[in-house]
Amino acid sequence: MSFVTRGFTGRSRDRDPRLPPGQTLVEDWPVLSAGPTPGVRTSDWTFTIATEDGTVHRWTWDEFLALGLQDIEVDIHCVTHWSKLAMPWRGVSLDRLFAEVETTQDFVMAHSYGGYTTNVPLDELLDGQAWVAVEAEGEPLRPEHGGPARLLVPHLYFWKSAKWVRGLVMMPDDEPGFWEQSGYHLHGDPWREERYW
Amino acid sequence: MTHLDGNMLAGAFAELFTFDVTTATARCANCGAVAELATAMVYVSDAGSVVRCAGCDAVLATVVHAEGRTWFGLRGITAVEVFRP
Amino acid sequence: MIVRRAATHAAWHVGTVTATSMETPTARRVVLDVPTWPGNDAGQHLDVRLTAPDGYQATRSYSLASSGPATSVELVVAEVPDGEVSPFLVHDLRVGDAVELHGPLGAFFVWRPPADVEAAGMPPVQLVAGGSGVVPLLAMVRSHVGAGDATPFRLLYSVRTPADVFFPDELAAAAEKGAMQLDLVYTRETPTGWPDPPGRLTLTGVEARVVAVADEPRVFVCGPTAFVEAVAKWLVDLGHRPASIRTERFGGT
Repeated sequence: MSFVTRGFTGRSRDRDPRLPPGQTLVEDWPVLSAGPTPGVRTSDWTFTIATEDGTVHRWTWDEFLALGLQDIEVDIHCVTHWSKLAMPWRGVSLDRLFAEVETTQDFVMAHSYGGYTTNVPLDELLDGQAWVAVEAEGEPLRPEHGGPARLLVPHLYFWKSAKWVRGLVMMPDDEPGFWEQSGYHLHGDPWREERYW
Repeated sequence: MTHLDGNMLAGAFAELFTFDVTTATARCANCGAVAELATAMVYVSDAGSVVRCAGCDAVLATVVHAEGRTWFGLRGITAVEVFRP
Repeated sequence: MIVRRAATHAAWHVGTVTATSMETPTARRVVLDVPTWPGNDAGQHLDVRLTAPDGYQATRSYSLASSGPATSVELVVAEVPDGEVSPFLVHDLRVGDAVELHGPLGAFFVWRPPADVEAAGMPPVQLVAGGSGVVPLLAMVRSHVGAGDATPFRLLYSVRTPADVFFPDELAAAAEKGAMQLDLVYTRETPTGWPDPPGRLTLTGVEARVVAVADEPRVFVCGPTAFVEAVAKWLVDLGHRPASIRTERFGGT
């Protein structure tokens, strides 16, 4: 039976009213890794969207940037309880990427260089809710933070913002990705504290 | 944060298994390598621990802790060999 | 026939701090009385779990500097800058405090004296330590000395400055009485009169300071991840069999 350790308080966990439940504001940007950091050069980088009929839409780095970068400011919330508010990012909107994509399927599996996966409903990636981001806090996205490009879906816990994203695959059902298979919630809404199974 | 090795799995897995998992040998489902779990590469973060094959980097296992619960994922291991006394 | 001794199963214990002292400016030696401790092998570790008043818990692993059947255990905690647990253990923990411990843990990175301590022809043991990685290796040295074991022991210990050496007197004494050969390497600052300039270990530096490949030593390497991986690779490059090298990574730089 655990007992309180005299004198131990851990890090400060004061509640800020601007934050979802259980979150703490941080000023730095913690790096969490599940494996070795992939090294992908923009000259080799491609992004693809694959649909159920076998069509694969593909962009090289230059083609991708030519779609136009948006400047946005968003709050991000990590399931490990830290949050950053009003963080500046630049990226290509998923609305631009899906402009020419035809699909009848409702769910998406994001795939990353290095093998990471995460699932998101398609309607939560569109209508200004998601980007493929290439800059954060005014500079190109560093490899340890997912560079050269990562998915950015700020309204869900940050594990859904797949680092080193390489493509999206449409799927008919909401299949669990890497962390979702390992104990994390299928959806991941921070405002409803959807952290675990 | 860099990775650690499988020696640090001893604590987490002690709640699941009665044997010490670090001297147990496991076969990687991806490349077939058989090695003691102490030699696996373990990436630890507050989100969880990811155990990877030292030979091919494939994920062998995951450990996720929440308040009062732990999830053990053994997705990349075909079998574990344990020596019984 | 291979005889594998069953490792003592890990369990949760309550330990009471009986002594503390600063071993270096940033590392604290902590001795705990653990009445239910079943004993441990040299090289094993335990987990320390702290609980805050709101129920929040943090757990960290620490190698044991002690081994054997005694119910007193010794740790050396190196302070991690901005860490959550080590600053508490180094600065706030007091004699008389109770902490939860989980162990003994680990059966891989372990050394036991041979059943017949006077047996000849035992393969020598080569220990390589980076900074605080010396703690489990120190436990092995103590076990070796305490058993009166005749196995040739050698310790290569890399530190930043002379002030960072853990248990310098004890290590020097073991070397002086011939129980082991000690090689210290200073990476930032050397003691006065030291023959070599400060500098990190290299392949040739390791080669000059470890048991020869031909003598087929059992090797234990412990320290920060980058240190362990560099040293292990050099040892294999020198010709040591990978299966004879056991490593324990502490994380960090």
